[in-house]
Amino acid sequence: MGKFNKSGKKGMPELNTSSLPDLIFTMLFFFMIVTSMREVTLKVQFKVPQATELEKLEKKSLVTFIYIGKPMPEFQKKMGAETRIQLNDKFSEVSEVQDYIYQERENMKEEDQPFMTVSLKVDQDTKMGIVTDVKQALRQSYALNINYSATQRQ
Amino acid sequence: MARKKRSMPGINSSSTADIAFMLLIFFLTTTSMDTDRGLARRLPNPPDPNVQQDDDIIVKERNVLQVRLNKDNQLMVGSEYLDIKQLRAKAKEFVANPNNEDNLPEKHLKNIPLLGGDCLITEKHVISVQNDVGTSYQAYIDVQNELVAAYNELRNELAKEKFGKLYNECSEDEQKAIRDFYPQKISEAEPKKYGGK
Repeated sequence: MGKFNKSGKKGMPELNTSSLPDLIFTMLFFFMIVTSMREVTLKVQFKVPQATELEKLEKKSLVTFIYIGKPMPEFQKKMGAETRIQLNDKFSEVSEVQDYIYQERENMKEEDQPFMTVSLKVDQDTKMGIVTDVKQALRQSYALNINYSATQRQ
Repeated sequence: MARKKRSMPGINSSSTADIAFMLLIFFLTTTSMDTDRGLARRLPNPPDPNVQQDDDIIVKERNVLQVRLNKDNQLMVGSEYLDIKQLRAKAKEFVANPNNEDNLPEKHLKNIPLLGGDCLITEKHVISVQNDVGTSYQAYIDVQNELVAAYNELRNELAKEKFGKLYNECSEDEQKAIRDFYPQKISEAEPKKYGGK
């Protein structure tokens, strides 16, 4: 017996940590890929309404957002406190919605274009007048799939 | 000046892990995995200017459920004021017409093989939602939500009865059969403007 322990050295071998950075980097890349940072800075404030019969928005690449609400406090001096529409990074008028939709559709892959969905993020206190105008504009530009963004009601 | 060749000192990489950790934590905190949710609807095609707007499509009065919302968010269904909580039951009764009453939508025969051949369904019913310019968005969404809920409940009931499971657990074909039985027909009337803002 004792044949194998010739050196007589005992004690824990140290854990090899040289691949630890690689492991962490792998996780890092994973999160970098799944992260979807909001591309636009919000200039309007909104609190979406509550509902119960919600469906998930499937593919992010198919979705175009339109924000409707009151301007953020820092813009209110310039823009007033009236409800405004935000497309991309700027305040817009209803008449610009059609161009915006055409532009967004151009940017899509051709096979995705029929599945384009417009998500309306509208403040719950907005009057329907402006929403109806936007909806009519969407109809005119054949963006017929829409999604009224809402949160789950408990 | 013969100098001894020095060996390059290796870069100490023991802190790489820490740097990567910091980046990782940054992305972990900024990631928003939550998916957007909402009420999905489909708008009707835009009216064609070349085609004369034909009013031939006269829908029989019994086939239409008028849902109106005024600027004070009051709800009127048919010819009576209703509370939003009563709308779902009302819509369900209207769509299903369980007792085949005269003032509710008429029923037509339709052959749906998966549901056992000919079924009597209220194929021509329409729920027409009309809102005022001053209606608040929350009230509008409430109404839409209740109507969708009414359809969902009806579909679930039918799926339970025929297939013994919930609607979204059914197979593609079964779902289609159920959709044929209860087609979702919510029309949004052309907006009307009553005066200024």
